[in-house]
Amino acid sequence: MTEIQSLEKRFQDRIDNEERIEPRDWMPEKYRKTLIRQISQHAHSEIVGMLPEGNWITRAPNLRRKLGLIAKVQDEAGHGLYLYSACETLGISRDEVLDQLHTGKAKYSSIFNYPTLTWADIGAIGWLVDGAAILNQVPICRCSYGPYARAMVRVCKEESFHQRQGYEIMLALANGTPEQKEMAQDALNRWWWPSLMMFGPSDSESTHSAQSMAWKIKRFSNDELRQRMVDMTKPQADILGLTIPDPDLKWNDEKGMHDFGEIDWGEFWAVVKGDGPCNKERLAARVKAHEDGQWVRDAAVAYSEKQEARKAATDTTQVA
Amino acid sequence: MQNWPLYEVFIRSKNGLSHKHVGSLHAADADMAITNARDVYTRRKEGVSIWVVESKDIKASNPEDSEALFDPAEDKVYRHPTFYDLPDALEHM
Repeated sequence: MTEIQSLEKRFQDRIDNEERIEPRDWMPEKYRKTLIRQISQHAHSEIVGMLPEGNWITRAPNLRRKLGLIAKVQDEAGHGLYLYSACETLGISRDEVLDQLHTGKAKYSSIFNYPTLTWADIGAIGWLVDGAAILNQVPICRCSYGPYARAMVRVCKEESFHQRQGYEIMLALANGTPEQKEMAQDALNRWWWPSLMMFGPSDSESTHSAQSMAWKIKRFSNDELRQRMVDMTKPQADILGLTIPDPDLKWNDEKGMHDFGEIDWGEFWAVVKGDGPCNKERLAARVKAHEDGQWVRDAAVAYSEKQEARKAATDTTQVA
Repeated sequence: MQNWPLYEVFIRSKNGLSHKHVGSLHAADADMAITNARDVYTRRKEGVSIWVVESKDIKASNPEDSEALFDPAEDKVYRHPTFYDLPDALEHM
């Protein structure tokens, strides 16, 4: 066995033993790269995810809804920051990570490339998109990489209100006027399939899955989590009195789970590759926000340099 | 020794958990602080990793500012899941 092979074996043994890997531990280069890709994409998703919801803050129907929505969008910003920090422990700089987003080299969750057309979309996002995100994120609390797992514990704890906030909106609309109920149904119609796509390509098509499972970055396959999403959400839709837009969705007694229709993978790949309804708009908004913020960052540095110079001047005077 | 700087010591008790503040000690430099922290704070295998940082490098919040810093979170009940009214029949949320 070469030295690198023996290091890799020891590494895998630690993983198999449910030990956590910490930043200074030896790790295979591919493990590091995989995590940088995944954690940075996760962070970008939190940040870009603020855009579709932020769109409705000024138009929330009452103060209660507005407070809930602002708190949720604030949380997304915080979650992005936890994740960027976790990513930096792997030896990549914040500037580099942001640059990858702004140049389009790094991806973020495709779900945020869909528009929020009505207030009901805010309800549907909280219920379905956060519901799917929670299913994805809970197992990451046990990810083999310590800083990612710890960030995820915080995220999951804080996110527990996000989905309830959304469901409460859906509940109010579904029990409202016929027009409001129709609006809720329309939102469910548009967000259902993209939400199922959030779990990624089906297991047979997923290129990174097997290695990520072996490294315990991932604990469940895309299809397993997607199935769980369908099984959990169907009864929730029934309580709302809304219909999930899938004629093939039905309970399968034999399997003890729901059967459901085929995802439009053509649409999935088109949105991933940049041809979703809002890809260009989202990226442009993000780049603009970053560039518009440059003077704030410059001012912060100028202020700290001035304080430093002032302090140095006082120190010299005191010594003299 | 009176001129030795004070170091704050943080110990990771096992991989997967964060470093936690355990106390402080004086040392001539950071390397000595690690050596001493090992003897002072991990004699019973309390840790797998040690961080030391000079106490003067820690900027702490002023207790007099507590009200301004922390009270605003007090009335933001809508940041908690129990604020939202949902039917009892609803599961997995």
